[in-house]
Amino acid sequence: MSVRQSLLAILDQGPCYGYQLRTEFDRRTGSTWPLNVGQIYNTLDRLARDGLVEKLEASDASPDATSQIYFRITDAGRSEVAGWLGSPVERTAATRDELAIKLAIAVTLPGVDIARVIQVQRAATLRNLQELTKTKNATGDPETSENLAWLLIVDSLIFQAEAEVRWLDHSEARLARAAATGHAAPLPLGTEIPKRGRPTKVVPA
Amino acid sequence: MSTVDGKSDVLLQLNGISMQYGKGETAVTALSGVDLTVHAGELVAIMGASGSGKSTLLTIAGGLTTPTSGEVIVEGQWLSTASPAGIAALRRRTLGFVFQDFNLIPALSAIENVMLPLDLDGWKRRKARSAAMDALRSVELESRANHYPDELSGGQQQRIAIARAVVGTRRIILADEPTGALDSATGEVVLRMLRKRVDAGAGGILVTHDARHAAWADRIVFLRDGRVVDESVGHSVDTLLAPVAQP
Repeated sequence: MSVRQSLLAILDQGPCYGYQLRTEFDRRTGSTWPLNVGQIYNTLDRLARDGLVEKLEASDASPDATSQIYFRITDAGRSEVAGWLGSPVERTAATRDELAIKLAIAVTLPGVDIARVIQVQRAATLRNLQELTKTKNATGDPETSENLAWLLIVDSLIFQAEAEVRWLDHSEARLARAAATGHAAPLPLGTEIPKRGRPTKVVPA
Repeated sequence: MSTVDGKSDVLLQLNGISMQYGKGETAVTALSGVDLTVHAGELVAIMGASGSGKSTLLTIAGGLTTPTSGEVIVEGQWLSTASPAGIAALRRRTLGFVFQDFNLIPALSAIENVMLPLDLDGWKRRKARSAAMDALRSVELESRANHYPDELSGGQQQRIAIARAVVGTRRIILADEPTGALDSATGEVVLRMLRKRVDAGAGGILVTHDARHAAWADRIVFLRDGRVVDESVGHSVDTLLAPVAQP
């Protein structure tokens, strides 16, 4: 989970307290992924449990001894950060994309105007894309690191929206071909009644 | 037939445009009853798969192709009643094309390329030069005025083409996949320039198959099989659900 590693990577720059970490995370991600303080403290507790950070005595962290509890990264934490930055983000488990599931189900139902479903979605996604582009256009070239980080996130959202539109175009063409060849008939309910309970074990012969 | 929109800032209006190639059983319909209005300060993107009719629509809007039926009105002038010479003059004075492959003349410098439509229109050289310089400044390339196309990057060449499209009194930009030959980041710079020109009072049609580029427009019109199937406006949901226009 990248919140854990993100916080750890920020702590690699020096000890922080919970609310400070939230602020640091926000300014580095353009506040596009708001975290609540409770989430931060839960994560810090788990990081401490796993030996990746340690709590500091108030006097160690700051000479004016505020009541904040500071956390400091450990050597194990540093190597976790290095490992995170040096490895790809794995997206192994097929994400249950809500839209893909919706189209997949819709295409098997009788009386659904699937072309309309696609059009409505595409128009909504394009609108979203227009808003993102407007936001980006209003910003111009990044002048600060915060700005640059935020633009990277906006770009990522733009490319995701674009990919969705392309996938919708592709699906539309695929459906048209399937309809032309008679392979787009709705699926009636199966006649075989599925058995309840766990599937029976198949014993190899 | 529809009349010109009452608003004075309508730059381009297409009413009930249909385009058919061939006759009888072998006839192919490229466009079917398409309506489109472009106001000053507005960029309209036209999207659609290959063969959806988007490029045909652009050439009709620019008076390069005569539609089978329907009316094109450019800055208040009906193209159907204009002579070929009249249409050519209209093209020189009111609208400019931007193509995927830039279409600059290699033997002319950047500023001479931009001046070309003004030269053809009989402008005095000094006045044309000054107008061309203004156009180059608007795409932030005044420092490259005396460079030749082969001394410029693809992105810079396309910005020169945009300057040419809007030089002098020209206010309508018709762009056909203007970023098609450019990498993603350079394409974005070109779109930003196009957007800037439009925000300064021009009007434009941007034909693209790329949603990321279409998103720079105020409106996105989606064509399928020669018909408008979707129209997406950045801020209004109502128009989205308007019934599909029937011919």
